[in-house]
Amino acid sequence: MTYARLVGEEIANRAEGPLLFLSRSLDVGLNEAVEVEGSDGSVRLGRIAALDQHSITVEMLDDTAGLALAGTRVRFFGEPLRFQVGPGLLGRVFNGIGRPIDGGPPLAAEQAYRVDGLPIKPSAREAPSEFLETGFTAIDLMNSLVRGQKLPLFSGGGLPHDRIAVDIACNARLPGKPEETEEFAIVFAGIGIPHDSAEFFREELEKSAALARTVLFLNLASDSSAQRLLAPRFALTAAEYLAFVEGKHVLVILTDLTNYCEALREVSASRGEVPSRKGYPGYMYSDLATIYERAGRIRGLAGSVTQVPILTMPNDDITHPIPDLTGYITEGQVVLDRDLHRRDLYPPIRVLPSLSRLMKDGIGKGRTHADHPALAAQLYASYSQAQQTRVLASVVGEDGLSEDDRKLLVFGDEFEQRVIHQGVEARTLEESMAAGWAVLRGLPRGELHRLDDRQIREHLLGERSQREPPR
Amino acid sequence: MSTAATIWISGPVLRARPDGPFRLREAVTVGEQSLLGEVIRIARDEITVQLYEDTSGLRPGVQVTGSDQLLSIRLGPAILSRIFDGLLRPVGDPSDPYVKPGMQVQAPQRLWFTPSVRVGELLNPGVAIGEIASGAGIPQRCLVPPDLPGGRVSAIAEAGEYSDDQAICWLEAPDGRRLTVAMTHGWPVRVPRPVQARLASDEPMLTGQRIIDCLFPVARGGTGAIPGGFGTGKTVLLETVAKWCNADVIVYVGCGERGNELAGLLAELTELEDPRSGRPLLERTVVIANTSNMPVSAREASIYTGITVAEYFRDQGMNVTLMADSTSRWAEALREVSGRLGELPGEAGYPAYLSSRLADFYERAARVRTLGGEIGSVTLLGAVSPPSGDFSEPVTTHTKRYVGSLWGLDVRRAQARFYPAIHPLQSYSLAADSLVRWWHAIGCTRWQELRRRFLTLLEEEARLERMARIIGRDAMPARQRLVLLCAQLINQCFLRQSAFSTNDRYATPSRQAVMMRLIGSFIEGAERLLEVGVPPEAIRDQAIFRHLMRMGEEIPEGDWEAFSALDQELTATLRRLINQSRAGSAEDAGASEVST
Repeated sequence: MTYARLVGEEIANRAEGPLLFLSRSLDVGLNEAVEVEGSDGSVRLGRIAALDQHSITVEMLDDTAGLALAGTRVRFFGEPLRFQVGPGLLGRVFNGIGRPIDGGPPLAAEQAYRVDGLPIKPSAREAPSEFLETGFTAIDLMNSLVRGQKLPLFSGGGLPHDRIAVDIACNARLPGKPEETEEFAIVFAGIGIPHDSAEFFREELEKSAALARTVLFLNLASDSSAQRLLAPRFALTAAEYLAFVEGKHVLVILTDLTNYCEALREVSASRGEVPSRKGYPGYMYSDLATIYERAGRIRGLAGSVTQVPILTMPNDDITHPIPDLTGYITEGQVVLDRDLHRRDLYPPIRVLPSLSRLMKDGIGKGRTHADHPALAAQLYASYSQAQQTRVLASVVGEDGLSEDDRKLLVFGDEFEQRVIHQGVEARTLEESMAAGWAVLRGLPRGELHRLDDRQIREHLLGERSQREPPR
Repeated sequence: MSTAATIWISGPVLRARPDGPFRLREAVTVGEQSLLGEVIRIARDEITVQLYEDTSGLRPGVQVTGSDQLLSIRLGPAILSRIFDGLLRPVGDPSDPYVKPGMQVQAPQRLWFTPSVRVGELLNPGVAIGEIASGAGIPQRCLVPPDLPGGRVSAIAEAGEYSDDQAICWLEAPDGRRLTVAMTHGWPVRVPRPVQARLASDEPMLTGQRIIDCLFPVARGGTGAIPGGFGTGKTVLLETVAKWCNADVIVYVGCGERGNELAGLLAELTELEDPRSGRPLLERTVVIANTSNMPVSAREASIYTGITVAEYFRDQGMNVTLMADSTSRWAEALREVSGRLGELPGEAGYPAYLSSRLADFYERAARVRTLGGEIGSVTLLGAVSPPSGDFSEPVTTHTKRYVGSLWGLDVRRAQARFYPAIHPLQSYSLAADSLVRWWHAIGCTRWQELRRRFLTLLEEEARLERMARIIGRDAMPARQRLVLLCAQLINQCFLRQSAFSTNDRYATPSRQAVMMRLIGSFIEGAERLLEVGVPPEAIRDQAIFRHLMRMGEEIPEGDWEAFSALDQELTATLRRLINQSRAGSAEDAGASEVST
């Protein structure tokens, strides 16, 4: 933080939860950063949330316990919150407001960036089109991720989303460029997560030697909610610096956005704002957009910011405002399923409601494989039919089904067991595609409307020798 | 000009104490950065201003300066093929990748002007004074602005290159005033531009999408809405229509949507060629971009900016189509500002005037005779993003009251990657009857009949599917199985159309008509077969069925021979099956075909 512009003493009138109300004796502006030094000697960070002629409302980012009104000094910085970043960011651990908590020295600052970021002009964006291999068939083959995309994981309590996030962080690569790992960086932001999850991430990344190219931002469940609102913004500021200044390809993992939205609701309620759906503020869509929209590529710059936010759907309800608004902003979603998880399939990704909107630009001829789009489309069509057939079978029984319908049922099971399920082994896209073709072979030809005759001839009849499915 | 001192700020709304008169909807600038705003409420000693930019750093005391003009945009020929923010300020400048507060309007451009009037001619408002060549793209006209009284030409510039804000024509008004006309002129965004008359529409706005053009068409000057939950393909559908529809100018308003998608659209528009002119599609497009992370209130203005731009091109006698993606984000911006003003909330927190605002917007769509006596049209298509995909929410229900065509998107179709995921039973078109004559005129005489047939079959399919779920498909009588088979063909071959397939991303009316006719023949043939006792499965297992299923994907535009070969194959197959059945061996034939 730069030097204070103005100092106010004895101006605090009221403190309530994370909010501090000051008399307006100074010329300060909205959203600017302040530091509050209590009579107990501790210094707390805050920002100006509302202003009128007579008073200033400050939102405290640190715990307000112990803060007294008398003897409180407030320092105003005259500018929005900034994060000072510079080389040496990688490998460090920060709290939610960008202070090192790994016991290391303060960061050698090169420049201070506004934590709120600035919207990228649509015309300055490079349309994302580089296929990013994650090692998961359900993502690579069915819902491909591309660089610069924001693809959230819609999860639920008790599902292995942390594991999946770590696997993506460790296995993600651009096919054909294995030596590119040096330019690859991970920014991980834990938002309101329990200490155990934070430790899990740190350990797993350390095990795979990825920690050296990772920046961690940890806002634990016990930290203040106002800080929770800033954790993703500090993390994204670091990511933008790594991507657009240092030219790295950055994968940002934000977990758990549900905690972020809860904090947003809490802070909004304490400000006395009119609530919208389920008590969340009416501006939640715009607010979430200021986080998610920071993914992308900029024309003429080397790096990219790819986001994999994780959110747990309250009560597994995809129509809850948090996943609903997220789905309207992000470029698709990957939905985890409790049923698949119970059957011990990993990753338990439910492909039908999952979607990658940018997939079309990243796959196909010249990018992945010419037949990739048709294969994915056929698998989707057949699996969705298989699901309908399952419903039918649960009513009339399997014996009441026609021959073709029974084949569909078998296909549905095989698809889950051999394409979705892969255990701990990462697959290359070639292996994923081979697994996909293999399960299609059992289907009657009349079902294969999304494939042309050449694709059927080449992949499903005859020349199957070199493309055996992986065990 | 009046000024005012700010006394209160909350998000994009501020209140100020004025020292002079302000008008409602007047444009104002705030502070040293000259942030743009609009007066939305006035009281004797206080004005309320809605700001169109990020308000960080604003403080009480900051000066608000009036402009004495309603919130206006500058319309001119250089708008075409460019990208702007919600207030028509260019965001195409590559030197700075970020949107920052205090952006400026487009700098004057130099364009070639050729006059078409002479000194002494009497001109009415809205009449063309000459042609403008804007480098690339379609030729445009320079009109006498509709808000001028018109008059006699006292001087006119010779053909040549002029700056677009420079006077090129001087008029003497009837009251003796001297008026000047430049290539650009200002127009308040919330005021519809005047026309001579609104006309009935009997011509379709062709989208190249079969399910729209044939089943749920929209007329030129009509309106359409696309409601759908997230992931159902609203944006892709709108983008596809933007690329392939037969409008002269496209205005694409990205209102509170994704930056990456707009970047993708821009890249595609630059690469793709207009199939009719052979020029890049971008040359006929204006993009108004207000992504979800750009200031919220500019989202509210972007819709009006878009439609004003559309009307400007309409007044030159063009057919314009405007896409707004998404009107729900616009409604949310209304809600946010209304909440900050402390207005009494209506349904779901939206202000009570939501319905009338939506009506104002959709009412600006029309096919008209312009002031200059030409025929032009503005067609409006709006996406609606209902929360949780629930169509009973206020924005969807109110929109339904005002639009002529509704294309309801279905989650289940989208999950099976069946695009466009328009559900035939949740969609309608009020324009269909007025377009029958147009289809007749291009030679598709059975359009109306086949359209009804398809819709009845789809309706019946929905009913039978429910039954099939209980008793199983095989237990159903042959006639019902045939309905399901025909509906499958209509769905998979005709209604499904991949936006990413080179052959099938758009279909000309002739190709649509041919496909429609072929499916019609199949249905009739299969029914005849059923009468002589051939079950639907026997037909399904013929090669022709797969060929029909894939004709959209495999037969490119203009390959009429392939279509007629398909027609012959169909006739031959049907004849063979009938003969076999007459020979009393229908069952055997069916069995032997199954095994292939």
